[in-house]
Amino acid sequence: MSQMNRRRFLRTGGAVLAASSLPFSVVELAFGQSGPEDFSFAFISDSHITHIKGDKFVRNWDRGMIQAVAEANLLSPRPDFVFYGGDIAQLGTPEEIDHGLEILSGLRGDVHHVMGEHDYYLDLGEHWRKRIGPDHYSFDHKGVHFVVLNSILTYDEWTHRKWDTPMQRMKEMARLDNPDGSPFMVGDSQREWLRKDLANISKDTPIVVMSHSPLQKIYRGWNFWTEDAEQVQELLKPFDKVTVLYGHVHQIQYNQIGNISFHAAMATAWPWPYPETFVQEASYLPKLTVEMSRADPFFERDGTGWQFINMHTGDVDVHYALPDNENRVVAFNEQQDKPVDSLYQDESKQIPPQDHY
Amino acid sequence: MTRLTNCRSIAFSVLIAGLGIPMAIAAPLGLPPVPIPDDNPQTEAKIALGDRLFHDPRFSVDGTISCATCHAPEKAFTDHRRLSEGHSGLLGTRNSPTVINSAYMEELFWDGREPDLEGQSKQPPVNPVEGGLADIGVLVEKIRSEPSYVEAFKAVFGVKAQDITADHFADAIASFERTIIAGDSPFDRYQYGGDESAMSEAAVRGLEVFRGQGRCVSCHLIEQTQALFTDNRFHNIGVGFKTIRGQEAEIARKFLEAKNAGADVDKTVLADKEASELGRFAVIEDINKVGAFKTSTLRNIALTPPYMHDGSLDTLEGVIDFYNNGGREKETDPVTPFLSGGIRPLNLSDEQKQDLVAFLEALTSPEIASQVPSTEIITGNTGDQQP
Repeated sequence: MSQMNRRRFLRTGGAVLAASSLPFSVVELAFGQSGPEDFSFAFISDSHITHIKGDKFVRNWDRGMIQAVAEANLLSPRPDFVFYGGDIAQLGTPEEIDHGLEILSGLRGDVHHVMGEHDYYLDLGEHWRKRIGPDHYSFDHKGVHFVVLNSILTYDEWTHRKWDTPMQRMKEMARLDNPDGSPFMVGDSQREWLRKDLANISKDTPIVVMSHSPLQKIYRGWNFWTEDAEQVQELLKPFDKVTVLYGHVHQIQYNQIGNISFHAAMATAWPWPYPETFVQEASYLPKLTVEMSRADPFFERDGTGWQFINMHTGDVDVHYALPDNENRVVAFNEQQDKPVDSLYQDESKQIPPQDHY
Repeated sequence: MTRLTNCRSIAFSVLIAGLGIPMAIAAPLGLPPVPIPDDNPQTEAKIALGDRLFHDPRFSVDGTISCATCHAPEKAFTDHRRLSEGHSGLLGTRNSPTVINSAYMEELFWDGREPDLEGQSKQPPVNPVEGGLADIGVLVEKIRSEPSYVEAFKAVFGVKAQDITADHFADAIASFERTIIAGDSPFDRYQYGGDESAMSEAAVRGLEVFRGQGRCVSCHLIEQTQALFTDNRFHNIGVGFKTIRGQEAEIARKFLEAKNAGADVDKTVLADKEASELGRFAVIEDINKVGAFKTSTLRNIALTPPYMHDGSLDTLEGVIDFYNNGGREKETDPVTPFLSGGIRPLNLSDEQKQDLVAFLEALTSPEIASQVPSTEIITGNTGDQQP
């Protein structure tokens, strides 16, 4: 597409978006002195590919990931790259990581990966690093500084306890509300790396940080939590505009703390918290401990999804593609200086939580 | 016109008013009241005019194609072809859906590209592979040049010849279509009429499969007091995947470029087999709706083969196998990446499948069955190209 055509397409796409909240738009990026540029990237997360035995994997989690890949490939104009937000595997086995990567290989364009705890705690990330590469790094793209962190580390005493097997450690970390669990953290050495990485970045450069767990504290029992979140936020504070994108929570979350906007990714596997569902066949969902408004249990993809991100003058607009549900957009609002849900921010439009009967 | 007598009697038996006076249509057993738009009230004269227009082949480029060509009363208001044939033997890309009970649909066409029957009825005469008229003005001119139509439009709408528009044509046809209503099937008598012997034992067992392991009822709704057998939503169930497999992104990109440049969606999707398979996406550009098509009603389904938006399945047994295999004809076929999360393998037994067929056959309305000669139900007919 020529530049002229591309611009015309962008405008048309924007009009379509305004009319119906469709995830099929790219907003122009215009910031800094280097001239206006615009770009988008796709963000897929938490597929939890689960190996049964032999060449059998849980169909439902496969299908969610396959659908996200196919849909991301439809984005036009093409996203500049794809982020995978972690938890490609359920129990961190080579079979699961390899199978997940095989599905992701259908994506057009480069993929940047984030380490999730389900990828890590079996072999402490060995197979993941072998197949994918380093778990923390940074790069610059069209005037934005991207940082990838491994935020799912924990205290060494816990990691290197005398476990019966590595799988026992994996399963303990996967368990919700686990009194023997341990909180996630970025850790001293990675924070020191981050301090140095940011040292030479000018303060007006937009920063986007990718992590698996939220770099804010939401709920410790499920590790919707990063133990050293405040210390990481402190390193990000000097910058004009910072966005943290994270996986792990399997739901739409957004927040603003000072200069930092936070956005969570939907999972392609299942929503957290999640409803009890049809028990027509063996369920692979972890046990429900907190109720939520129901997703439609018939549509296995309801309550899941993926997202694509528009970078717009250094701000992030997150477009959630939600199969069998209404697509959503959470975009940074310059007047309110925080992310705002385009549909449900207005109190009169909010849907009260439901009870189960 | 005589062949319609039976069908019209269904609705007309409950009409209470004469020419020019709005009237209500009571619903048969199992169906809700027919929704009538405020700006197009039913009158007997308007319905009669719509009936005539519906059957008049003059609204096509060679005078051979009427609405009834693809929606024939003696074929349960379908054409029993895989893909509908327009003027000069041109094939479209989609299977003709029945007009019966289309009054209840919230969106029209397989991809919902028109919001109501009025909007729908204006498209086929000017579609290049259907009626083939150059534009809607030609249609209006054909009405204005026929004295008996001028008279009828004046009586119904109070307009002079030069004031007749395509909207009048559409209003009359939609009014007629809103009288083509049929419930009162064995299922309705069993479910809503309190007649436990109305369905066979196999059909009763089939209803249990329909509601349970078959997972049919989640989209083909049965409600407390009525059953439309549709959720009026759009789902990718795997039909048509073979046609665009692996090329979805390229086809979507080309389609959107053409659409942004002004291409007409109605014309594109019926002429371009690949664009057709984009389904609902072509209309609303929602990335979750690639290959999604409207849930069709199941009423009178035994009388309307072949099945699916592309007519690719000849029999109800074939349809059930398709669902049982999780959205594919054979267990070894690939599954579309865009498959709805509602579709998954069902593990139905042969007996359950047979019971389901018995249940689907119990959805036939007697008034419709009596109009459709059994010789008209020939599956896998027509010599159309295999989609």
